[in-house]
Amino acid sequence: MEFLNHFGGVFEPISFMLLLVGTIGGLILGATPGLSPTMAVALLIPFTFQLAPTQGLILLGAAYTSTVAGGAVSAILLKIPGAPANIATSLDGFEMAKKGEGARALHLSFLSSGVGGIIGVLLLIFLTPLLAKWALAFGPSHLFWLAILGVTVIGSLDSKSFVKGLLSGCIGLWLSMIGYDDIQGAQRFIFSSSLTGGINIIPALIGLFAIPQVLDMFAKGRRNAEIETVQVPKQSIMDSARELGRSGRALSIGTIVGSIIGLIPGVGGQIAGLVAYDQSRKFSKHKKKFGTGHSEGVIAAESANNAMVGPSLVPLLTLSIPGSPTAAVLLGGLLIHGIFPGTDLFDNHPKVAWTFINSMLVGQVLMVIFGIYTATWAARIARAPQPIMAAAVMVLALFGSYSVQQSMSDVYIMLTLGVGMFFLEKFGFSAAPLVLGLILGPIAEANFIQGALISNAQNGPLEYFLTGPLNIFLVVLVIASVGYSFWTNMLEQKETTLEAGAKS
Amino acid sequence: MTASRIQHLIPAIIVLAVAAIVTWLSFTQQPAQAFLFPRLISVAFIILAFWNFSRAALGQSKVGGGVSAESFINLMPGLVVMSIYAFFAAKWLGFYCASFAAFLTIYSIYDPVPLSSMKDWGKRVFITAVFMAVIYGLFSLLLKVQTPRGLFF
Repeated sequence: MEFLNHFGGVFEPISFMLLLVGTIGGLILGATPGLSPTMAVALLIPFTFQLAPTQGLILLGAAYTSTVAGGAVSAILLKIPGAPANIATSLDGFEMAKKGEGARALHLSFLSSGVGGIIGVLLLIFLTPLLAKWALAFGPSHLFWLAILGVTVIGSLDSKSFVKGLLSGCIGLWLSMIGYDDIQGAQRFIFSSSLTGGINIIPALIGLFAIPQVLDMFAKGRRNAEIETVQVPKQSIMDSARELGRSGRALSIGTIVGSIIGLIPGVGGQIAGLVAYDQSRKFSKHKKKFGTGHSEGVIAAESANNAMVGPSLVPLLTLSIPGSPTAAVLLGGLLIHGIFPGTDLFDNHPKVAWTFINSMLVGQVLMVIFGIYTATWAARIARAPQPIMAAAVMVLALFGSYSVQQSMSDVYIMLTLGVGMFFLEKFGFSAAPLVLGLILGPIAEANFIQGALISNAQNGPLEYFLTGPLNIFLVVLVIASVGYSFWTNMLEQKETTLEAGAKS
Repeated sequence: MTASRIQHLIPAIIVLAVAAIVTWLSFTQQPAQAFLFPRLISVAFIILAFWNFSRAALGQSKVGGGVSAESFINLMPGLVVMSIYAFFAAKWLGFYCASFAAFLTIYSIYDPVPLSSMKDWGKRVFITAVFMAVIYGLFSLLLKVQTPRGLFF
């Protein structure tokens, strides 16, 4: 129950103010179509430099939580999911809004997000110390395999093509090696003077997540976005709360599915929302009502996508394996403050760890309160013209990446990576495994070198890296993650071929 | 919608070329100890890049819609403005001046409202000025970031 000792830290004036700013800002950013939670958190990282690590993490954590929930506003009122995690919400949410039940849908969405989110953070609180203690037994070979596992799991699961997902991971690992080698001081892959200092994580994160979205907005051209909007008559919050109480089945399914999916690295909120929606429909007495504006659809999807937020941080805070792309960006936020996940975090920085986790618990409550009261206001901002959003994100990306080291090299790297990623994404490559490779590359390399040195004094590297129960378990997991993805890819390909054959 | 075989081939060739250069450098550069990890990664990199290239060449690469000609034409003005802004103007004109110009240019290029109306130009300049004031407040006053001043500011 150590977390209770650090609750006071959340209510320190600056910390609480940042929690409020992160929550309200996150709700607005989340409601804005085109601005994903990952991008919002990446753009916020430069602002955390001036803050203490705890305060910086509180801001990032609050933004993460509330952007996921805020995405429901535009999904319900505009039928444009603010983030991929809210796709399932729009299926019934917008239909409810069309029937004049927009306020009810928004209330249910935030209340179920809150319930799911709180249970998810409680899982984070109780599972993290157990796993962190287990991580104490990890030596260099295990940490090496864990870093590789992080890249392969996200590479295999996050991308639609597992070859391209793993290739993205390899590109990230290669990018992490650019610059001077830490041990020998040798130059590696320095093709331009801008790369002498290597690739800083923050400009890379900003470039990889923000610039492709700006370019996507450019690619749409000067079109007038035709957005179908609906009026939102007022409704009693108490009625919505009572309805949520009556929809226990959808709420439980959403929360359980979201929590489990959150724990699996690389799966993410989009899958959580869709799986929970599907399961809720299967178990519902009113299956046919789904898709026509049924409240259980909104409850299941929203409780799931927020329930996954807390558990997605469990593998991150204990084993350095982010559970989602946004968690990968949070890992970058931890590392720039010199904090390493795992036992180091809980043994040497318990105040940072627990205040951050507690802030996510308080943040869920604030998210519900502000979400309900600012939803219609946020929807108005969500209708901001795309050219303004594109120009604003572009300028913020430039200032944000420059401010990290006050270096133009970071700006050049940010833009080059961003433009490259935009084109790669169009051909099925994915930013998340690339970022993971970039972040976990140095961890994998340091442990690989350390392991190689230890193995020289023992029976050689093969025995050191490939024997022992934990090594074998991790290697099996790496192979299983790649194998599973290969198998599902093959099945999908077979189905596509059969469909094409049937059509012809 | 999936992109054509030729469209898939272009990124596949670029990635294969990068993987080949990385592999070649990893196995030829010295000191060997510094390239131990790059060698390990480059082997996986080149195998996957070759696999991806083969799939693209055989027309089996189906994931990703590619970039349509219309999207590319829409994209180009913004991309050119963004590149000039980041690579030249920001340092040469000064961060704030270049950002003002880039914001206004992007907003004007992609604004569906016709460019002939003076009233709409006033609105664009006003929104740009307000946004730049917020950026100045955040980065210059709050975060104390020293940006390149260039010719102007």
